[in-house]
Formats: sequence, C-alpha cells, structure tokens
Amino acid sequence: MTRTTMKGLLLASSILGSAGLAQAEDTTLTIESWRNDDLAIWQEKLIPAFEAKNPGIKVVFSPSAPTEYNAALNAKLDAGSAGDLITCRPFDASLELYNKKHLADLTGLAGMENFSDVAKSAWTTDDGKTTFCVPMASVIHGFIYNKDAFDQLGLTVPTTEAEFFAVLDKIKEDGNYIPMAMGTKDLWEAATMGYQNIGPNYWKGEEGRLALIKGEQKLTDEPWVEPYRVLAKWKDYLGDGFEAQTYPDSQNLFTLGRAAIYPAGSWEISGFNAQADFKMGAFPPPVKNAGDTCYISDHNDIGIGLNAKSPNADAAKTFLTWVASPEFADIYANALPGFFSLNSTAVKMSDPLAQEFVSWREKCKSTIRSTYQILSRGTPNLENETWVASANVINGTETPEEAAKKLQEGLESWYKPAK
Amino acid sequence: MAGISKPRRRHGRGADECAHFERHRGCATRKPVRTGQRPMNKREIMMDVGELKRPRRWHILVFLTPALLIYTAVMILPLIETLRQSFFNTVDGEYTFVGLGNFNVLFGDPRWAADFWNALRNNVIFFLIHMAVQNPIGIALAAMLSVPKLRFSAFYRTAIFLPTLLSFVIVGFIWKLILSPIWGVAPYLMDLVGLKWLFAPWLGRPDSALIAVSLISVWQYIGIPMMLIYAALLNIPDEVIEAAELDGVTGWSQFWKIKLPLILPAIGIVSILTFVGNFNAFDLIYTVQGALAGPNGSTDILGTLLYRTFFGFQLQLGDRSMGATIATVMFLIILAGVSLYLFVIQRRMRRYQF
Repeated sequence: MTRTTMKGLLLASSILGSAGLAQAEDTTLTIESWRNDDLAIWQEKLIPAFEAKNPGIKVVFSPSAPTEYNAALNAKLDAGSAGDLITCRPFDASLELYNKKHLADLTGLAGMENFSDVAKSAWTTDDGKTTFCVPMASVIHGFIYNKDAFDQLGLTVPTTEAEFFAVLDKIKEDGNYIPMAMGTKDLWEAATMGYQNIGPNYWKGEEGRLALIKGEQKLTDEPWVEPYRVLAKWKDYLGDGFEAQTYPDSQNLFTLGRAAIYPAGSWEISGFNAQADFKMGAFPPPVKNAGDTCYISDHNDIGIGLNAKSPNADAAKTFLTWVASPEFADIYANALPGFFSLNSTAVKMSDPLAQEFVSWREKCKSTIRSTYQILSRGTPNLENETWVASANVINGTETPEEAAKKLQEGLESWYKPAK
Repeated sequence: MAGISKPRRRHGRGADECAHFERHRGCATRKPVRTGQRPMNKREIMMDVGELKRPRRWHILVFLTPALLIYTAVMILPLIETLRQSFFNTVDGEYTFVGLGNFNVLFGDPRWAADFWNALRNNVIFFLIHMAVQNPIGIALAAMLSVPKLRFSAFYRTAIFLPTLLSFVIVGFIWKLILSPIWGVAPYLMDLVGLKWLFAPWLGRPDSALIAVSLISVWQYIGIPMMLIYAALLNIPDEVIEAAELDGVTGWSQFWKIKLPLILPAIGIVSILTFVGNFNAFDLIYTVQGALAGPNGSTDILGTLLYRTFFGFQLQLGDRSMGATIATVMFLIILAGVSLYLFVIQRRMRRYQF
C-alpha cells in the first residue's frame, strides 16, 4: 500500500510539476510555411488574435522560400527538427508526408466539420477516410472585366455562353479594346485560366471529376471535349500575336486598360487593385444555357497540418481548431483578398472584387481542377499534357477532338481506375 | 561531360616535324643521350645501363594529382553514377537492377520513344542551324576583322563577343522582349521600314519557334567561332600571304585557296565544340520557352527532356532512373560524335606547318 501511495505521489508530483512548468513557461508552437509573403499578416493580425484568446500558447511563424520549402521541410522532418505545425501543399506532396507518418491524422479534430468534402479533398487520403490538414485557403477562377470599358460600350455582364461571345463580338467590333487578354506562350494560362476555368460548367464540377477518377467518364466524352470546342473559339478574340504572349504580358495588357476581359484566378485581385486605375468587376464562367446550374473552380491551395512528432500536440490542436474557426477565416481572407477561406461559414469580404468572387460559392457548386487529384501521378503527366493540349487548341494547331483523344490515350496508358 | 579533344597530334610526319623543330629547338640534338656534354667514363656508362629505366618522375604525378582528384570527384564519378543508375529502376517499391529495361522503355514505349525522337530531331535541327549559320558568319566576321585596313576592329571584336559573356537568363529575357508582339522592338522597327506584315509571333508558333530559339543561341555564341578563327587567321605567316600575292592570288581567291585551307583545323575544333555544346544545351530553351519547351514540344531538345524527366515539373514527379537513361543516351550520342571527329575526320585533315 505504501508502495502505491509512493507511486501515486511520484506520479502526481511529476504531472503537477510539469503542469507548473507549463504555466510558468508558455508552450511555443512553430509554424513551417512557404508563404513568406504572409509574414506580416501572421505576426500582426493572426497570431495576436489567437494568443489573446489562448493565454499560455505562443505561436511563431517561420517561413522559408517557396522554392526551397518542400526540400527543407522534408529534411527537417527526417531530422526531427521541424516545427509543430506544417503548412500543407495541396494533393500528393502532403499525402506523401502523411504516408511517411510525418503528419498526424486530423479527421476527428474539432472544427473539421466546418469544411466540405471538396474543401478537404486536397488533404484527404484516396479512400476519402482520413484528413490530415486543415484547409486554409483556395483560389477561385472566373473572369475579371474592365467596368469602364463595359459601361462605355453599353455591355452587360454575360451569363451564358452565347452572351459571352456576343459581348466579345461587340468589343471586337468597336476595336478600342482587345476583347480578351490571354496568351498561349506560357501554356499554363491556356489550361488553368482557360480549360479549368470554363470546364466545370460542362463536366458538372465534382460529378464529372469524380466520374473521371472512377473511370466512368473519359476525356473523349462530350463534357470534356466541349470546353475545348469553346476554347478554340477564343482564338479570334485574343490580342495580336497571342501565341507569343506571356502571362505577365496578359496581366499588363489588362491592367493598362488595353484589354476588356481577363480570364482570371482570384490570386490576381490584390495585384490588379494596385495596378489598374479603372473600375473592375468579375463574372463567373458563363453557363451553356440560361438557368443551368453553374460550377466554379474553387481550387484548394493551402492547408495546415500537425507534425506527428510534435511534443506540443495538444496546444497545436487548439491552434488548428482555431484555424478551422470562422474567426480565422474572416481575418485571413480579408488580409489576403483572393485567397479565400475554405470554411463553410460565408466570410464577408471587404474588398468588392473579392466579395464578388466569393459570392459565387453561394449560387454555384464548387469543384477543384480536374487534373490535380490522383490523375497526375503517372507518365505522361496529365496536367502537363493538358497545358500543351489547351495551348494547341487555342492556337488552332490541334482540333478539340484530337487533343482530347491524345489526353485520354496518355491517361489510359498508366491509369487504371480502382474498380 | 565528354573530353573535347586532345591537343593535336601529328601523324606520320616525323621528318618534316623534325625539320620544323630544328629551326627553333634543335630537334636534331634531342637524341636519347644524357644531357652532359663531356665524354662519359666507363663507370658512368655502366650506371647508365643500370639506370636504363629513367628515374621516376614523381613531380608529374604530384602536379597531376590535384586536378585529377577534382576532375574525378566532380566529373568522372557522377558520370559513372549516372551510367549505373540507368540500369536500375524501382520495381514494386524496390530499387533493383533492371539491365537494359530502362532503355527498352525509352525506345520501346511509343510515348517515351515519341518524346525522345522528337527531342533528338529538334536537337539535330538546332545543331544544323548552328553549323549553317553560326560558323559561316563566324568565319566571315573573323575574315573581315583580320583585314588590316579595318578601323575600330577592336570595338567590333568586343561588341560581337560581348553576348557570349552574358548570362543566358539575360539573353533569353532580352530576346523575349525584343520579339514580343505586344511591346517588342522588333515589330516596331519592322513597322518603321514598312515590313510589319512580315512579323509573326515567332516564339509562339510551332513551325518557327525552334528556328527562332536557335538563332538567338547563334547570336549569343557567335563570338566563339569568330575568336577562334580570327586567332587562326592571325597565325598565318605573312610570308605565305606575300608569296600568294606574288603568284597573283589575291582577294576572294586568296581567301578560298590559301586562308581557308589553313584555318580548316580551327573550323574543325569549332564544329566539335558546337556539337558538344548543342547536344548538351538546355539553359536558353528553358529561359525562353519554359521547361515544357512549347508550343507543343516544338523546341524540346534532349536537355529539356532530361530536365523534366529527372527533376519533374509541376505535378510531374522526377524519375531519376529514366532521367539517367536519357543522360546516358545523350552521353553516347556526344561520345559517338566526338569519336567520329577525332578518329575519322581529324586524321584526314591536312595540316600545314610553317
């Protein structure tokens, strides 16, 4: 009996002792991140807001250069010197960390219920059962337009495909503006701002994307070829020499007021706000027929996970639950207009352009880029092939059907859908 | 990667050579006797027989070792490792020896083969454009620079050589700007002389992009053939030229009949340097056209294919084994080209001694 008392005493003293220590000395959480652009936002807004509510936990945001992040993080994780919280790249890069047991399972974390399955898809295992990062932000695709130009030409925002081309025709007829600012030189513009932007309306967002992964649909099916047919028509509305126009060229053409419409990703918002001296508006990718359900590409970009070997797992989970809260979403999304919180609670954005983008979530269905999950693991790489094919279709060097056939053949050569 | 060329060797010309050396170094006196001038006594001769094996010349080893060690560490070992890696691949999660399996995939799989042959074809075109444009213009520039009456020749020489010293990043960026259909100087200047209709977004069209990039590379590296050939031209002794003039060979025919044959070895060296450089090229294409070497892979050469395969790109993960396989094939192509030059062409080339 004395023995058990002794044991109990020892146990109690050790726990109390460490608890006493914890009170005297705050737990410090370190966040690994590649977003060194966000350092100020974290230090001035996010961390103080968290620490005010959670005395006893200190948070340090320690970013590294984006290009070095993956390699540096892997080295630190292997050496056991990585921070408690890990900013997660979307899809396979983070999945690999989870499979190597570097990231903890967060499926049951309080606050996870605030996110939809689409929002979690970038940080979920292939079977959809385990989630290992809290989704932080996504980027939305759509079109940004020059409001002054639209007013001047008496144009209204198009909602259907037919209206969209009618508007482009009018701008072209007038001749003062290049109808649309996009180039095919850098290839990815054609794929990301073109195909992935308008595509979800044709393949019905998640429905088509998941059917493609399950092997129920093919890239040669109508919903996947049709966006290419629409893209092929864009050719006539792009600026002179668009084949050699680069991404910065497109941005400049639009912000200098020489082009009327810019196929965009929401990450452009803060840059455009600073550069353009005309009023801007935005509209979602036009649907085929009036009244169709609209789909938008709401692509997951940043998440945050827990280092499986973190000694401060409890404090870290408190922090992650806070990241999953509407409060974080509000501060984060407003500090970085264009990077939208993935939280299901709608965030009121103070930037009108950003608010326009995020409002589409209420009326349209969200999906992510079709090539990112699972389908770009093999050779040939579907994402890269999509870049080349989209540019070819717009350049007119390949027909939509040929492009789709080539993509499907490439995918089939290595991808066997799970049955 | 591959050794470029050994210092020239002279073949089957012993007598000539000695006659040539005699004037300068006293070839005739270089007999295998010791250098002492006085007659040797018997004991010394005995020793000489005993020492027929020359004393070991350790200093050669000492002087060679540092360079050899560094070269081995940074060139030979990685090369061997690359060659080794091309015979290995990951099969079912295990890194194993697969023999020629990777090469089978590269040449047998229709997709890999299509990518590879496309890259090789583009690379050959890239090389041919260099040979057809860079070297003739280099020779012409060198010939013009060596005209004694030319004023400001030092200025021209420096100006033409300058791009070679620039970083490929700067060259790529400048030319992208010059050729930009939106803000480029090229369309503007062509407009001034009424040739705007000739302008096209060359870098963005599959049929012209490779030619455009090749010509940018020519522009950058033209200084090298110019300098090498210029040096060769300066090496031609005045006596030969004077003799030719006395015989009435002047102007163009003097260039074709006297100077060109004399600079042929330099042209050979320039060609082989161009060959090695072009088949290892990567940087300029990467900066101007990106890693996917668009549009539609029309500027994809072996270097960019290797880069994408080995390091991966965007969502594409790097594949070390296939990358090493491509690198090995590149090495073999360059080795074959250099061997062809060294053992076939260079041996037949006539050299003239003065």
